[in-house]
Amino acid sequence: MAQMLELTRRRLLRGLAATGAAALFRPQLASSQQARVLKKPIPSTGEELPAVGLGSWITFNVGNDPVARDACAQVMGAFFDSGGRLIDSSPMYGSSQKVIGYGLAKLNGPPSLFSADKVWIPSGARGPDQIEASRRFWGVPRFDLLQVHNLLSWEEHLRTLFAMKAAGRLRYVGITTSEGRRHGEVERIMRAQPLDFVQVTYNILDRQVEDRILPLARDRGIGVIVNRPFREGELLRKLERHPLPGWAAEIGCASWAQIILKFIVSHPAVTCAIPATTRVDHVRENMAAATGLLLDEAMRARMIARVEKL
Amino acid sequence: MSEWWTYSLSDFLLFSPRTYYRLFELHNLAVWPWHVLAIVLGLAVLVLWLRGGARQGRTVAIILAACWLFVAWAYLLARYDTINWAASYFVAAFAVEALLLVWTGLIRNRLSLRPARDAAGLAGLCIFVFTLFAWPLVGRLLGRPWLQAEIFGIAPDPTVVATLGVLMAADRTHWELLLIPLLWCAISGATLWAMQSPDALLAPAAALLAFVLACWKTLSRLGQASPA
Repeated sequence: MAQMLELTRRRLLRGLAATGAAALFRPQLASSQQARVLKKPIPSTGEELPAVGLGSWITFNVGNDPVARDACAQVMGAFFDSGGRLIDSSPMYGSSQKVIGYGLAKLNGPPSLFSADKVWIPSGARGPDQIEASRRFWGVPRFDLLQVHNLLSWEEHLRTLFAMKAAGRLRYVGITTSEGRRHGEVERIMRAQPLDFVQVTYNILDRQVEDRILPLARDRGIGVIVNRPFREGELLRKLERHPLPGWAAEIGCASWAQIILKFIVSHPAVTCAIPATTRVDHVRENMAAATGLLLDEAMRARMIARVEKL
Repeated sequence: MSEWWTYSLSDFLLFSPRTYYRLFELHNLAVWPWHVLAIVLGLAVLVLWLRGGARQGRTVAIILAACWLFVAWAYLLARYDTINWAASYFVAAFAVEALLLVWTGLIRNRLSLRPARDAAGLAGLCIFVFTLFAWPLVGRLLGRPWLQAEIFGIAPDPTVVATLGVLMAADRTHWELLLIPLLWCAISGATLWAMQSPDALLAPAAALLAFVLACWKTLSRLGQASPA
């Protein structure tokens, strides 16, 4: 049934592209996709999150450029229309937090938003001020998730975040790393602290986390957010030189981006992948990867074998 | 920063090339018609350079200092700071360079330019002329819109490289004035390199030439000063 629905959606997409009338039909498409978007439970609470979120690294750092800000707001609008919820940012990402705040205000504060931000400052004492500044930039009453960015001063910041959670000013606490760095320390923190989330880099070629971090996350009931799913676009640029595999249609994927995302979110330990984009068509394409069926291990192994040969 | 060896230049890039070059477009639109004054000031430096005169050094120093301050305020603080949290440090560095130019050139009257009589003077003059007239064309030749042109006195790279041209031609090596321009060229070159911009090596190449010539002038001076 899921496959049949997917084929229907793809036919619809082709038709829209041919007529150039996508904007006219967007609400209908969005509502049908929203209904079918894959959701995965946050292990610590069981709350369900769509398996694809929206990152903001580089893409939303557009400063005060009014044209680019509006474009980001459109991306966010398409993301919510497609059933997305989790948007992730950091004080490290330049103007991204302010641009997200601009987009949220323009969209009248979508109630489905799951706000994920980070604390990134060497001084633990200055963490609360930075968090408050971030909250004002977003324009939200509180964050759903706050993470210690790249483990910077993690002990002090985690104390702050757990205290905020206990006081009801935060729903979830996490830590982040990227590109395989400090996995030993990440593991130790995962074992010792009552984390809700860990954010790591994972994609079809960067699979170090499969060995220890992802199994540990399952054992400990920690949700996993996946950053850099496309290696900042480098992976897609490489793959898009090759035709799609014959089995792409079987798994409901119409692009390499969807194949990569489907691979990631099909891992049982992964809660949500957060690709970043500046384009409305790309955010819709990404969200479409969070529809249909999840893949089994045999299929994921087949995907790895194919991509590693390219 | 632990595991520093695992980081690449692109890990420090906070923005996309599109955003970076759009900043120049927005900046140019915001400060127009100051471009006309900037070009006139650049031409004034050129005329003073070639004609010499008692007030040459003082006037050139004050013009360059004004350009550094304007770029610090109008571009680095008002524009670049919105996409790069490190920009506030660059603002401070540009302000320090402006103060140093005023101190060395205006107050102490230690900045004196030689007409292109030797290799250093000729190289400095060529770089200044290139920066004034050809630098704005570079972006266009690489396919960027005219509105994103980088102009002496308005954008940082041509302002810094033009200053290096002046310092190359100075009759003595001013290491205190060279330090910040050299560092800026390294930072700007690294940024453009991370963005895979074809013109990434322009500013670093000028900086390398300025550094080599400064070393050569310093060694020559030491050689002349030492006893036979």
